[in-house]
Amino acid sequence: MRMKGKVHKYGGNVDTDVIIPARYLNTSDPAELASHCMEDIDADFVKKVRPGDIIVAGENFGCGSSREHAPIAIKASGISCVIAKTFARIFYRNAINIGLPILQCAQAVDGISAGDEVEVDTASGEIMNLTTGKSFRAMPFPEFMQRLIAAGGLVAYAREKVERGLGAPCREG
Amino acid sequence: MGQTITEKILAAHCGRKGVDTGELITAKLDLVLGNDITAPIAIREFERIGAGCVFDPHKIALVPDHSTPAKDIESAQQVKEMREFARKYGIAHFFEVGRAGIEHTLLPDQGLVLPGDAVIGADSHTCTYGALGAFSTGVGSTDLAAAMALGECWFRVPETIKFVYHGQLNKWVGGKDLILYTIGRIGVDGALYCSMEFAGEVIDRLPMADRFTMCNMAIEAGGKNGIIAADEITLEYVRPRAKRDFKLYKSDPDAKYKQVVEFDCSQIEPQVSFPHLPENARPLSQVGVVAVDQSVIGSCTNGRIEDLRIAAQILRGRKVHPNVRLIVFPATQEIYLQALKEGLLGIFVEAGGAVSTPTCGPCLGGHMGCLAEGERAIATTNRNFVGRMGHPKSEVYLAGPAVAAASAVLGRIGGPDELESTEVERR
Repeated sequence: MRMKGKVHKYGGNVDTDVIIPARYLNTSDPAELASHCMEDIDADFVKKVRPGDIIVAGENFGCGSSREHAPIAIKASGISCVIAKTFARIFYRNAINIGLPILQCAQAVDGISAGDEVEVDTASGEIMNLTTGKSFRAMPFPEFMQRLIAAGGLVAYAREKVERGLGAPCREG
Repeated sequence: MGQTITEKILAAHCGRKGVDTGELITAKLDLVLGNDITAPIAIREFERIGAGCVFDPHKIALVPDHSTPAKDIESAQQVKEMREFARKYGIAHFFEVGRAGIEHTLLPDQGLVLPGDAVIGADSHTCTYGALGAFSTGVGSTDLAAAMALGECWFRVPETIKFVYHGQLNKWVGGKDLILYTIGRIGVDGALYCSMEFAGEVIDRLPMADRFTMCNMAIEAGGKNGIIAADEITLEYVRPRAKRDFKLYKSDPDAKYKQVVEFDCSQIEPQVSFPHLPENARPLSQVGVVAVDQSVIGSCTNGRIEDLRIAAQILRGRKVHPNVRLIVFPATQEIYLQALKEGLLGIFVEAGGAVSTPTCGPCLGGHMGCLAEGERAIATTNRNFVGRMGHPKSEVYLAGPAVAAASAVLGRIGGPDELESTEVERR
């Protein structure tokens, strides 16, 4: 999949509490969550973000809470892809499971500035900075994760397994 | 080549003799957990999978603990969704307000997690159960949904970093100080994707409460799990609670570690982590004068009876500083009752503190103790991120129960020893 958009850039250790503060966790509605996305780190994010835009950040993106509301809020805000130096592990799983494209590439993070226009090919991992003309290549996903992504996320993967009779047998009563 | 505890447990749960670090495996699960924040999304995704039933109604725990007792209508709706799901699928372990508590204290106390288990929970602090010699890790809601349907989860086998604690613990130093110190040394991503194995003679003597506290915060160093080999101390805790078989694992002497980090505990003072990351740990002697508006004692990190006993020992016969609000929240109903019987709750109330029903509320700025703009709290909780306990311009300082209790009396961050010396000066 190819995405193109303007970059919103953040530093290291962007935690899930600033991506979506706990005071908004009494809902799981994606649009509602998106309306508060990044509120405590960048109050203007919601006003600035346009469909297709890309978040670029430093190390350990999405650290902290396991709340899936964080990648859901980012995805529903219109962000097409997150590029970071590293991802916190639960955020990494959640993003793959719900189908939010993410790429890990330290060189790209250092070579992209806020406001740059960037194009990304998630299949090949190619990242093109259209503003500077520089290109980068992200680490490819392991095969199993590529299958998960291709299946459309974990729910589709699990549904396929259940349909093939590989789920737990349902007992009577 | 030898294997670590984590590798052995993962291998046993995917029907293999051994696993290699970095490989992706699918492991069978002994317990899966959700709470009132994460379960509603999982329930919706579970229904989309179309399994028709859960993999095992006895291996799922649903604990409404975050926004409970329901803080508003929306939260009440979320708990209602959980309750109805639990009834529909015959979930054996749904815990209602009044018979519940904070998930990560409740489940081990109920004997639902045992040594050698593989557990996932849609809550980042699920890593707590590693203190029992189990593999347990936090995941998201969709992982929980798939696990409720299939009874399994995909994992990348983590490399292990071994942390060895030598020597003797100083006065007022406990598990919380050890883990804050450790995170301070390696950073909030110092164990990213890795297993953190805690060992050494200090750990061998460490009580279960402190072991739970240490494993609880493995996630704050980016760790996948924290783990401590089960021993006699573990068995003493587990035996009266276990209702099924369990297995003890030890790392082989020739197990491969990514890194071995050794600490001399005689050098470790009570620790305080400054805003806005747990890695900003400083020894108490280097904190300086930091006035606080609130002291919070409790949470899945430090809400056990042992923590309350330490706090009560310090607060007995003393008064909370006029400028401070003290909030104590025992982690479970059982602990609440025990604290009541021991007279601890009376000590907190007489000191001028508020005692709350078990809830995760204050820790994540949900309810029961949010901070206003510019306010500052000392807390025995696990995170001090921006806005964690309320307003984005409030601050959280992390510490153990001794420092949190002493600070409540002092009106600034300090330890119990300062309290005694201050009182001597006054006389």
